Amino acid sequence: MGKNLAIKTWAIIGILIVFLYGIFGIPHGSLKQSITDRIHLGLDLRGGTHLVLQVQVAEAISSATDRDLAALTTALSADGATVSKADPTAHPDTLTVNVLDPSKLSDVRSVITGTSYSSTYAVESTTNGFTMKMTQAAQRDLSDRTLETSIETIRQRIDSLGVSEPVIEKYGVGENEILVELPGVSDLSRVEGIIQSTAKLEIHEVVTGSPYPDAAQALTAVGGVLPPDESIIMGSATGNGPDQAWVLKRASIVEGTDFRGATTQQDANGRPDIGFTLTTEAGERFYKYTDANKGTGQMAIVLENKVREVATIQSAIRDQGQITGGFSQQQADDLSLMLRTGSLPASIKFLESHTVGPSLGVTSIHQGVTAAVAGLVVVMLFMLLYYKGAGINADLALLLNLVILLGFMGFTGATLTLPGIAGVILTIGMGVDSNVLIFERVREELRLGKSAASAIEDGFGHAWTTIFDTHVTTIVSAGILFMFGTGPVKGFAVTLVFGLIANLFTAVFVSRVIFDYLLEKRGREATISI
Amino acid sequence: MEFFRSTNIDWLGKKWYFLGFSLIFSVAGVLSMCFWHGIPKGVDFKGGSQVKVSFTQQPNEDTIRTSMDRSGIKDATIQRLNGDVPNEVLITLPQQNEASLDASRQAVINALGTNFSTGSFKIEDSYTVGPKAGQQLQQQALLATVYSLLGMLIYLWFRFELIYGVAAVVAVFHDTLITIGAFSLTNKEISLTVIAALLTLIGYSMNDTIVVFDRIREDLLENRRETLAETVNRAINQTLSRTVLTSGLTFLTVLCLFLFGGEVLHPFSFALVVGILIGTYSSIAVAAPMLVAYQEWRSRTKGTAATLPTGKAAKPVVR
Repeated sequence: MGKNLAIKTWAIIGILIVFLYGIFGIPHGSLKQSITDRIHLGLDLRGGTHLVLQVQVAEAISSATDRDLAALTTALSADGATVSKADPTAHPDTLTVNVLDPSKLSDVRSVITGTSYSSTYAVESTTNGFTMKMTQAAQRDLSDRTLETSIETIRQRIDSLGVSEPVIEKYGVGENEILVELPGVSDLSRVEGIIQSTAKLEIHEVVTGSPYPDAAQALTAVGGVLPPDESIIMGSATGNGPDQAWVLKRASIVEGTDFRGATTQQDANGRPDIGFTLTTEAGERFYKYTDANKGTGQMAIVLENKVREVATIQSAIRDQGQITGGFSQQQADDLSLMLRTGSLPASIKFLESHTVGPSLGVTSIHQGVTAAVAGLVVVMLFMLLYYKGAGINADLALLLNLVILLGFMGFTGATLTLPGIAGVILTIGMGVDSNVLIFERVREELRLGKSAASAIEDGFGHAWTTIFDTHVTTIVSAGILFMFGTGPVKGFAVTLVFGLIANLFTAVFVSRVIFDYLLEKRGREATISI
Repeated sequence: MEFFRSTNIDWLGKKWYFLGFSLIFSVAGVLSMCFWHGIPKGVDFKGGSQVKVSFTQQPNEDTIRTSMDRSGIKDATIQRLNGDVPNEVLITLPQQNEASLDASRQAVINALGTNFSTGSFKIEDSYTVGPKAGQQLQQQALLATVYSLLGMLIYLWFRFELIYGVAAVVAVFHDTLITIGAFSLTNKEISLTVIAALLTLIGYSMNDTIVVFDRIREDLLENRRETLAETVNRAINQTLSRTVLTSGLTFLTVLCLFLFGGEVLHPFSFALVVGILIGTYSSIAVAAPMLVAYQEWRSRTKGTAATLPTGKAAKPVVR
């Protein structure tokens, strides 16, 4: 064997071994076990739940400005300035500062442009005061943080379910979206319950002592227009009575991120309630507030935007408290778990959910593989019949192509999905096309009376241009598909790109080496079977 | 074995038949899209819920419908899946508002479970997409298609000449239009996987066209004394064997997918079965005649001989 050819042959064998390792790894246990350890199956093939969630970051922005509103109101009260949210629904990011005494303008300005606000708000002067609009950068920063905290919280909650290999990550399509994939979990309602529960616990000041029968009457009672710093929230003072409307201060005294821990405990009557502890900083704040309003003030504990408990402040509380909201044991356990794992900084909306039962996954993979194998067998048989000896080249190239494709997937950890199997089948089609192109050209050259050696040389040379063009165009489109597609489209693009790259190698290089090997064995003047 | 040997068919002479054929199918599809079934969109794109339920016994559709009605679920479509799984039923609820999305899926399950004796059942597959997410996906799919066409056009422009790229893209557009038309005519829903199939078809049809174009370019370089139409005819005939073989084989693999790929892949493989037939046809009957027609039109307006730019051929493989 010529030296050049020997190198090529060993190169091919080496590649075969490397990619076989990609598929099987070091064989252990059953063959099937080895493969499934290396090649990740998509949820559509092994069953599971796929969710796309959207974090309502606007809520986090609104509650941040609410907090600043409350703090500024206190800070500016000496200067006789009022702070309000002019339009809480359309512009939750904008505060309006009204200064009654023009001589205080510069004092007020120095407070609102002080260090803690200057980085967050853009301040503009108006005729009798200022408007403070949260800057784009601050908003982006806040929404990034909200999204990250949400992902972290969801991850902790999912972990408590004991799901193996969950995917919880940012989703690239829309804004503030999270992708959650839970292999093997098909109980969607349970998962959604656990994820969606905002476990958003807040303590608000009650504006007027008694509740109103419904929201409309509450609105009338406050004069028809809800003051910008107040809100109406439904719920009952004992958690399980009929819903009533409460008028509360919009800004919370403590909220989700202020909680350090939560446990289920028993109240004096042996009913389950939730005990919580606050962070040191929040505890300090809570102490100041409760101390100042001792005996008179009322606080409402609002859980997931519903009043669960209303209590008169008996004494100053620092960092511990409990919620007795008429919970069942199960409710109390779930809630304290969620409070413990951290509450979500904003509520969550489900955009998409897809659950595949495990048996459907098995059926799908079975059908997909059957179709792929059937397609492969038909094609290979045909190539043998039509091109005889050369058909063997094509068939070997085709098999190697499949080994490389699956090996690629094993190495890169790409996921094999059902459309991915379709991609494999199309790779088979394109792989065969390359060999057909080459063989047809070789036949043409032979017809022109060339020797086998030069017919092969020219056939491969001519066909190469076409194969190159067809492959690059398809790889271009599959690449674009990969960039812009999601889910099934992406899975399809991945296998197609890998398959085509492998094919450029197998159909052109490997098939040629086999011809060269035959020619060398039989001599340059031999004829070939094609 | 050899099927085609030195065929000598006057393809370009039949261009009026081809034009008629293409027109009939495109117009039928477009008419159906405009006035009949529209573009039937799957749950992925229009939003809604889809629950696939398998019962232990063969279910009665009327029973299911009654139990839905009793639970106040009004617009559900109940669809028996054909084939080897007679116990499976697909229940689809159309677009709902974002808030009630999940509730509706659960409502279907509750309705089946509590309301009526539908026998015991299992949820095989459930799919819920909000209308906004659906719109997003739709837009994305459209963008992906447009971008990949643009990508190919630019590549062909760079490798051949602009007119080759334009002719190829028009041919591919023709294929996509007819395939979507076939979906509209048969009222099959277009889902995300179908979009993947359409993109495959675009790539495939493009391949076929490139093979023919490559040969045209090669033959033009031979500088024979023949008209452009004769050269193009010769190129098509020379590649005919390959075209028929490859398309035939790809068609066979896709047919395997269509026959054995199962119900999940059914719309996907349907698109490919139609697409491969039409894609093969279009590279011969649409793309090539367009090249010739354009050059003949140019030669008439400029008074020069009709020929085609040959562009930059790839260098032969270096070994």
